Amino acid sequence: MTALTEEAQAALDAFTTANGWEARSRLLLQWATRLPDVETRRDEDLVHGCESQVWVTHQRDGNRNQFRAGSDSRILRGLLAVLLARANGLTDEELADLNVHDWLHQLGLERQLSASRGNGLRAVVERMKALSAI
Amino acid sequence: MTLPSPWRADFPAFAAFENDGITYLDTAATAQKPQAVLDALQAYYAQGAANVHRAQHRPGERATQAFETARSKVATWLGAGSAQEIVFTRGTTEALNLLAYGLEAHFKPGDEIVISALEHHANLLPWQQLALRRGLKLVVLPLTPSGHVDLAIAAERIGPRTRLLAISQLSNVLGTWQPLAELSQMAHDQGAWVVVDGAQGVVHGRHRPQDLGADFYAFSGHKLYAPEAIGILWGRPEALTALSPWQFGGEMVKAADYHQSEFHAPPMGFEAGTPPVAAAIGLGAALDWLSAQDEASLFGHEQALCIKLWAGLAAREGVRVLGEPQIALASIVVNGVHVADLSHMLGEQGIAVRAGNHCAMPLFKQLGEAGSLRISLGIYSDSTDLERFFMALDNALELLR
Repeated sequence: MTALTEEAQAALDAFTTANGWEARSRLLLQWATRLPDVETRRDEDLVHGCESQVWVTHQRDGNRNQFRAGSDSRILRGLLAVLLARANGLTDEELADLNVHDWLHQLGLERQLSASRGNGLRAVVERMKALSAI
Repeated sequence: MTLPSPWRADFPAFAAFENDGITYLDTAATAQKPQAVLDALQAYYAQGAANVHRAQHRPGERATQAFETARSKVATWLGAGSAQEIVFTRGTTEALNLLAYGLEAHFKPGDEIVISALEHHANLLPWQQLALRRGLKLVVLPLTPSGHVDLAIAAERIGPRTRLLAISQLSNVLGTWQPLAELSQMAHDQGAWVVVDGAQGVVHGRHRPQDLGADFYAFSGHKLYAPEAIGILWGRPEALTALSPWQFGGEMVKAADYHQSEFHAPPMGFEAGTPPVAAAIGLGAALDWLSAQDEASLFGHEQALCIKLWAGLAAREGVRVLGEPQIALASIVVNGVHVADLSHMLGEQGIAVRAGNHCAMPLFKQLGEAGSLRISLGIYSDSTDLERFFMALDNALELLR
């Protein structure tokens, strides 16, 4: 397990002190404003498998991966923000080893990853891993 | 005014939901099952399962008799002329696919199939794909703002090339009854077949497909308080003879040789392989249970709850109901609030409703909406469910605004 980035540690600190669905939802809405949004919404960056549309872009900063993501859903933007807080700045190897379920579990958000959810977070994670592997 | 459901206690799922803090308002997707259905499934398996229509042993006879009794119950429920008009399928989707393949030989390139803009995927894709296979034209009937097929435009588009009209009886998104009498008359005047998708309609009131002007009528057990994996295709006897077999195998074959075979007439000729025996018996039990209830009370309860639901929605600022629902459900969008966010907040509060496009993507493109939140009711729903929903909705909107 790699050391947490500052942003990831901030997410962990915030969500582990949130009690109940209301506090968690408020936090997600707050984190939604911290999401590094995509610059333009291009069709080729759309992730299929989401009932709400999600765009994901990727670039490298040296050997570190940097993602941006956008969505019209504020809750989804919040989820993407805590996901990118953990994934951004990782090397390819670190990203390949990243267990997203464990990360969301630590934040009390693991149910958001379940297959029956229409939010498509799983598809986003797959897209991110595929982008870094290119 | 509180509206308790006198039938709720017959549905064991609600005790489980109560323990889990779940408010179930997704009956248009699937309905809960009464104890009588669970008992029928249990009894069938506990007495010894057997295959139908082939074994000479006693369990085989018993299973066959129970299975055929279920067919008769469906025939009675639909007011059919005989049980021979009832084909067991795995659901509405399979029934409609059966028709799209079974009638295929009658279509020539340039023929037209007419559907409506509100069809869910099950009553769109089989016809779309048939049209692509045979070079047919798929004609789509637009809706009025209330969510009904526009009859004036339908009269223009149903024409001499129309060979088949496929239409939902009741919209699963808008909750609107479609003008079947007028539409089927237009289609029959052109000599076209009329296929009615009764998946939602069959759940609300008793309908004789013949009175609706249908040549074929399809529905699923699971929305009618019965198990999954059982569906019905009813056909007028003359219409059924137009069908060619589409799935081949045991049960549907009369005589087989290596190079050629003969097949049974309907319904058997369309029931290839081992059928879902338990689910069919479960459907029979659900119909028995429903028949034993007072129809007017069931309808009155549903209608009273719907009125309460619609009134509560109308009282909330920024909440828009899609179309003008007449029974069973409401699909809503909230100005300035993404449906996924609303769905998330309600889900966190244990409210089981459906968000998204409800298996009707083209309809949502037509409506210009990204999706909606659908609240749907059953005969077991009560005013406490609605109170919980509205409290959760108010909480959600407070957080999101």
